[in-house]
Amino acid sequence: MDLFEHQAKEIFAEYGVPVPAGKIATTPEEARAIADAFAAAGTSRVVVKAQVKAGGRGKAGGVKVADSPADAEDKARQILGMDIKGHTVHKVLVEEASAIAEEYYFSFLLDRANRTFLSICSVEGGMEIEEVAATKPDAVAQVPVVALTGIDRARAREIAAAGRLPEQALDGAAELIERLWAVFVDEDATLVEVNPLILTQDGRVMALDGKVTLDGNADFRQAEHEALEDKASTDPLEAKAKEKGLNYVKLDGSVGIIGNGAGLVMSTLDVVAYAGEQYGGQKPANFLDIGGGASAEVMANGMEVVLGDSDVKSVFINVFGGITSGDAVANGIVQAVKLLGERGETVDRPIVVRLDGNNAEEGRRILNEAAIPVIEQVETMDEAARRAAELASQGV
Amino acid sequence: MAIWLTENSKVIVQGMTGSEGTKHTRRMLAAGTNVVGGVNARKAGQSVDFDGTALPVFGTVAEAMAETGADASVVFVPPRFTKDAVIEAIDAEIPLCIIITEGIPVHDSTWFWGHAVAKGNKTRIIGPNCPGLASPGKSNAGIIPADITTPGRIGLVSKSGTLTYQMMYELRDIGFSTCVGIGGDPVIGTTHIDALEAFEADPETDAIVMIGEIGGDAEERAAAYIEQHVTKPVVGYVAGFTAPEGKTMGHAGAIVSGSSGTAQAKKEALEKVGVRVGKTPSETARLMREIMSH
Repeated sequence: MDLFEHQAKEIFAEYGVPVPAGKIATTPEEARAIADAFAAAGTSRVVVKAQVKAGGRGKAGGVKVADSPADAEDKARQILGMDIKGHTVHKVLVEEASAIAEEYYFSFLLDRANRTFLSICSVEGGMEIEEVAATKPDAVAQVPVVALTGIDRARAREIAAAGRLPEQALDGAAELIERLWAVFVDEDATLVEVNPLILTQDGRVMALDGKVTLDGNADFRQAEHEALEDKASTDPLEAKAKEKGLNYVKLDGSVGIIGNGAGLVMSTLDVVAYAGEQYGGQKPANFLDIGGGASAEVMANGMEVVLGDSDVKSVFINVFGGITSGDAVANGIVQAVKLLGERGETVDRPIVVRLDGNNAEEGRRILNEAAIPVIEQVETMDEAARRAAELASQGV
Repeated sequence: MAIWLTENSKVIVQGMTGSEGTKHTRRMLAAGTNVVGGVNARKAGQSVDFDGTALPVFGTVAEAMAETGADASVVFVPPRFTKDAVIEAIDAEIPLCIIITEGIPVHDSTWFWGHAVAKGNKTRIIGPNCPGLASPGKSNAGIIPADITTPGRIGLVSKSGTLTYQMMYELRDIGFSTCVGIGGDPVIGTTHIDALEAFEADPETDAIVMIGEIGGDAEERAAAYIEQHVTKPVVGYVAGFTAPEGKTMGHAGAIVSGSSGTAQAKKEALEKVGVRVGKTPSETARLMREIMSH
């Protein structure tokens, strides 16, 4: 899960990472009230920053300096509701302006290739770090971090020095990097990025921006992370799926997809998209991996979510029996149709089922015997995808 | 010969007494795997009956190895306990540790990988979040269905479990030496390259199917390795051409960000080094069929 800047900074602050004082506003009036409070405390210049989970915010005009509370209200009015790379701005962070002397870059991230962590530090911050890395590789230090040994103050200082930060910033940067490492580990983050990391005119090192990605697999030991979810901007079908513990992603096509295993489901999306080319460009309507336990309830929940999408004209259930055996899947489908009936949902669109693997024959027999009118069985994945696309093209 | 798992492998199950562990131990035994025991500190000294085969439960991996000569472990313990279970296996220096568990925090997998490296990499780690490996007709360690293919001379390495099964099934008449599911997590023990190297060296493998999916650059690195080191024919498949950018598709590893890691980039990298890449699993199987008929 990616966090908003203000969420990242709230976590930074908890760990003692210096960040500018700031508050969230959802209306121009709120922005003015926050700026008023800063002005009363002696800071009249504030920065109004769009809170969106997308890069290139500054270039899109989502970050503006305001010289007075009235100006802050005005700037917030301009930014709220703005569209930045497909994300609508619903809130702004109103922050006291910092007197910036220099801008650097720092991050901790996962290094998949080397199966370890990596820190990246550069004296050239505040702009596209990829560009700096490409044009001046010497100015961007990439220092591996071994999980077992981690980061202490001395190591943090070495990283800052490797990134060619100037002498007067090293102590402050080392302290900040050590604390960011605590954020990275203790919060189960896969990315902690500060761009820019600044040296203020009075010699302090601060995180002026913050980007944090949290590992959803660690939710069992990070109970407080749930509160960080952006429920408001989640697609309602995705939210419903999540509530039911399903791994669902809404897409923009017409063929509903239910399968087991992320790889097979992704492959199913591809095969449906290819097959759909012959039928006026029918595309998959979603990704839904029902995983190992395809009980009747899981299948019913999956079908309910997929059929809840009015764009869906046909459904393709593609299951290969591994952990999930074919007979369990078939029973799941049959009972799911019943369950949906009991819930008052009508299964009114055609469903193409392709079953293979463990106990697939028994599964096919169960489905044949049930003789559910909307269900059609097809032997192979390619042919089933073709049939589902064809049915979608005929749907109303 | 097969790779890493043979008819001589003696397998223990960490988490054998849990529901998934019990279910799959039964299936592994039915597939002919030489499962010699389980590990659960709280149930040490007990035994579990599997349709007439009583398997002992040991307190530790080291004890299980000492008592049974086990040389492979399959891990089914829940995510919150997996890190400790794998560290225990590494400390016992078991040659092969296959982690089936899905949903392990990446800080934990990075930690046990770091621990394995610190201990001199004496344990080959496969997974986590993988279906395990199967050497058809010899042994099956994990959750790969045993009855969907036959012994033969194709080697298979895949990030995805169900796509592994799909390919095994499509090519069941030709058959496989070993099928390795390396798992779809961002941090995994055994990589495509490790499997390619082992298949290249295996006299019982004639050709290799490699299945990848979006995310990371493992396939691109594998392509570079193939160009330099692999003489046997390789056929590839990559899932996720239609996956939208920036959305996680189930596997933690299957996320596309920016231009790198896309299915198209992986396909191009593989084709550039002479690997034929199928558009669908069935087409990939056809390409392999052509190679094996020559």
